[in-house]
Amino acid sequence: MATLDQTTEVKEGVDQETVDAVREVGGKYKYGWETDIEMDYAPKGLTEDIVRLISTKNEEPQWMTDWRLEAYRRWLSKKEPEWAMVDYPQIDFQDQYYYARPKSMEQKPKSLDDVDPKLLDTYAKLGIPLKEQMILAGVEGAGDTPAEARDGERKVAVDAVFDSVSVGTTFQKELKNAGVIFCSISDAIRDHPELVKKYLGSVVPVSDNFYATLNSAVFSDGSFVYVPPGVRCPMELSTYFRINAENTGQFERTLIIADKGAYVSYLEGCTAPQRDKSQLHAAVVEIIALEDAEVKYSTVQNWYPGDEDGKGGIYNFVTKRADCRGDRSKVMWTQVETGSAVTWKYPSCILRGDDSQGEFYSIAITNHHQQADTGTKMVHLGRNTRSRIVSKGISAGQAQNTYRGLVSMHPKAKNSRNFTQCDSLLIGDRCGAHTVPYIEVKNNSSRVEHEATTSKVDDEQMFYCRQRGMDEEEAVALIVNGFAKEVLQALPMEFAMEAQQLVAISLEGSVG
Amino acid sequence: MALAQPKITATEERLSALRLPESGVWLARARGAAQDRVRTMGLPAARDEYWKFTPPGTLVQPEAPQAAVFRHDEAPVFDGIERLKIVFVDGVFDAAASDPLEGEGLQIERLADVAAQDIHWARDLYGVLETRGQTPVDRPLAALNTAYASDGILIRVTGHVSKPVSLIYHHESTSSDAILHHVMKVEEGASLTLLENGPAAARFNKVMEVDVADSAAFHHVRAQGRDHERRAATHIFARLGRESTFKSFTLTVNGKMTRNECVIELTGDDAVAHVAGAALGDGDFHGDDTVFVTHDAVNCESRQVFKKVLRNGATGVFQGKILVKPGAQQTDGYQISQSLLLDGDSQFLAKPELEIYADDVACSHGSTSGAIDEDALFYLRARGIPGNVATDLLTLAFLAQAVDEIEDETLRTEMAARLEGWLSRRSG
Repeated sequence: MATLDQTTEVKEGVDQETVDAVREVGGKYKYGWETDIEMDYAPKGLTEDIVRLISTKNEEPQWMTDWRLEAYRRWLSKKEPEWAMVDYPQIDFQDQYYYARPKSMEQKPKSLDDVDPKLLDTYAKLGIPLKEQMILAGVEGAGDTPAEARDGERKVAVDAVFDSVSVGTTFQKELKNAGVIFCSISDAIRDHPELVKKYLGSVVPVSDNFYATLNSAVFSDGSFVYVPPGVRCPMELSTYFRINAENTGQFERTLIIADKGAYVSYLEGCTAPQRDKSQLHAAVVEIIALEDAEVKYSTVQNWYPGDEDGKGGIYNFVTKRADCRGDRSKVMWTQVETGSAVTWKYPSCILRGDDSQGEFYSIAITNHHQQADTGTKMVHLGRNTRSRIVSKGISAGQAQNTYRGLVSMHPKAKNSRNFTQCDSLLIGDRCGAHTVPYIEVKNNSSRVEHEATTSKVDDEQMFYCRQRGMDEEEAVALIVNGFAKEVLQALPMEFAMEAQQLVAISLEGSVG
Repeated sequence: MALAQPKITATEERLSALRLPESGVWLARARGAAQDRVRTMGLPAARDEYWKFTPPGTLVQPEAPQAAVFRHDEAPVFDGIERLKIVFVDGVFDAAASDPLEGEGLQIERLADVAAQDIHWARDLYGVLETRGQTPVDRPLAALNTAYASDGILIRVTGHVSKPVSLIYHHESTSSDAILHHVMKVEEGASLTLLENGPAAARFNKVMEVDVADSAAFHHVRAQGRDHERRAATHIFARLGRESTFKSFTLTVNGKMTRNECVIELTGDDAVAHVAGAALGDGDFHGDDTVFVTHDAVNCESRQVFKKVLRNGATGVFQGKILVKPGAQQTDGYQISQSLLLDGDSQFLAKPELEIYADDVACSHGSTSGAIDEDALFYLRARGIPGNVATDLLTLAFLAQAVDEIEDETLRTEMAARLEGWLSRRSG
């Protein structure tokens, strides 16, 4: 696959390093191989029976089956959203498999040692070793992968999801000692029904939107995290999603609960084989942060983006939302979006608790025929709530990249603050960059600032730079380019490799 | 996509309350086509994305809501400025109050007068620019206007014009429902300054189509205020030729429902378009500025500057968009929308949008909202200026940035003075 067309004329002022970095990112897709493994499929198509079948396969209690069926019935009356600036052929929801499980997973393995080596190899090849002793011994997965950059001392617990099922979760014992529950959502439904019942669907309601409703009906697996009061999760948690089977949609559900004063950092990675036919991925992530809790959620989204002619690729229609329910709670979303043919994703924060904080840092890079419509919603309900949005969109080839966001200050959200900065960069003259922010301010003690310019730079920073002998232009360049790095710095160590590739990116010459 | 039944019903109810005016062949054809457009689009409904922040109900309902006539003892706006006056009362031309429709370099006619003519230059523009402005967003109230406008002014500028043309709208009937459609054609190298003011009617639907030819210039200054019962939906559709200039400023004070849409298309290289607005809203004020600028030529400049000061539960809306089409390189687009909320009940709703398909451009947009600067207020009060005076001073300073967009000094001074006067009397 050719990288960014070498002949693309890049306008003056755009940093060469940036162009090279985008070329690199948009280059050959490294994770396009396929694992040859025998699979069990549910029959193609979507009916009540399929919903029941998924529920049965997961050995779910009746309440969960009913919950799913209710969602399915609501989904039937819902319309696919059309407002996003993305264009793709009509999806035939009956021409998909909604459940695919490796045959070897029929009997749930008791421990990671029992897991089919082929599956373990798959993850090892992706750089996600699932063997605890390997990680402990510092024997890292080989290859040019994020894991390699990992500090030998650092531990990351991984929940590995392969098509429709979780194949294993590492470090469960150690986490249990700390009181942290980290398991697949199907296990949580069986083992911790009281928590699941209380929180599932409480942030993203069953009928929230077309894809969230579909997910509620057919989600097959995903991760569950509960961090008890006052506990700082002893290691980073991570889920790695792999789509392998053909014509199969992946619908995972993630539920993260940080109880009072808890802290957790959560990473998500995802890849898929290279295929001519597009595949659907419709996930839902719900985060609940109670009083004084803090959750950091980082994603490096690297689904197969399709080939250079726009053939194939993943349709990534994801609903991610955090509810800062408790006072002084904090949620931080960081995302690096480089994959997927079509992205439709708005990780959001509902700032319900007083003094709660929401942050959103995003770099979205689209190349060839990729389309991304992504952004965030910051809904300020509580007093003294603060939010910060930093979004960088880079478009190359014939790609379309849209930032879409909402900042809403409710009448009771007194003394709240929002700062939004979004920049777009176009590489070549056949792509597009768009900004669609919605701003709703309903009280006067709050301040909202939205800007997409390089003209307004912090006065103090300017003063600092000028004082040290830089001329104005140099100072602005330094401060503005520092901004893209700000997003990358928010990424945890585990994503250092990805981050490194992107560090060269500067938004010099951005269009708006 | 087929329209929802409630929308069809609301549209048909509105249309059945109207009658297509008698027209000659070309105008009848334009009206018929516009009527079809209205039926295809349907009139705005509360759930429409483009009406997300502004409830269209009172602008769409079959009968105009009652509106008391606003009486005041102020000197009329633009009073001291020499100009050619054209007066409409509740949307009906008032020949006695108007100056003769003639002037150096100008050809001025009434739509109602030329309606029966077979051939008229306005044929190439009437409803034509409006139709162009319907893509990519529907503006059904403008199509409704093209179909049903009872009158309007057609101005063709061919040479040097010695004084501005001033359209003055009076409101006398509590239930008047006026629909006016103006067409301006500024020929190559010519220039025109157009002034507008007055409450117009209980409900006012106005469309103005402006064709600015190569190297021509069009300046527009409008004062909407201080009548509070106003409900108005206005549209400007402008098409700009090479090296042409279009500048429009609107002062909006009070009004229960004002939606000003401005749709500008830069079709010739090196053209310049500036749109600005200053608004002062109190109580059940609802003011909406919706601007759509399309760059479809090289090296054009566009500027949108909108400022709103809101209090006592007033609502301010800004929907602005810069669309840069493929190939529109060296575009310089700028957009700023700011609001000052003087108390906790008011609200500001904004959607400052960019859509860019060319890489060698600079587009920036900004939007801020917040309370008055406490430090500045403290500074003034510490120097013995009473709190309310200090607030007014800061309010004026905030709005001044929009007023400063007016190029002509006399008009700028007039608007600034008017704003100051209206600010001090806003309660009455």
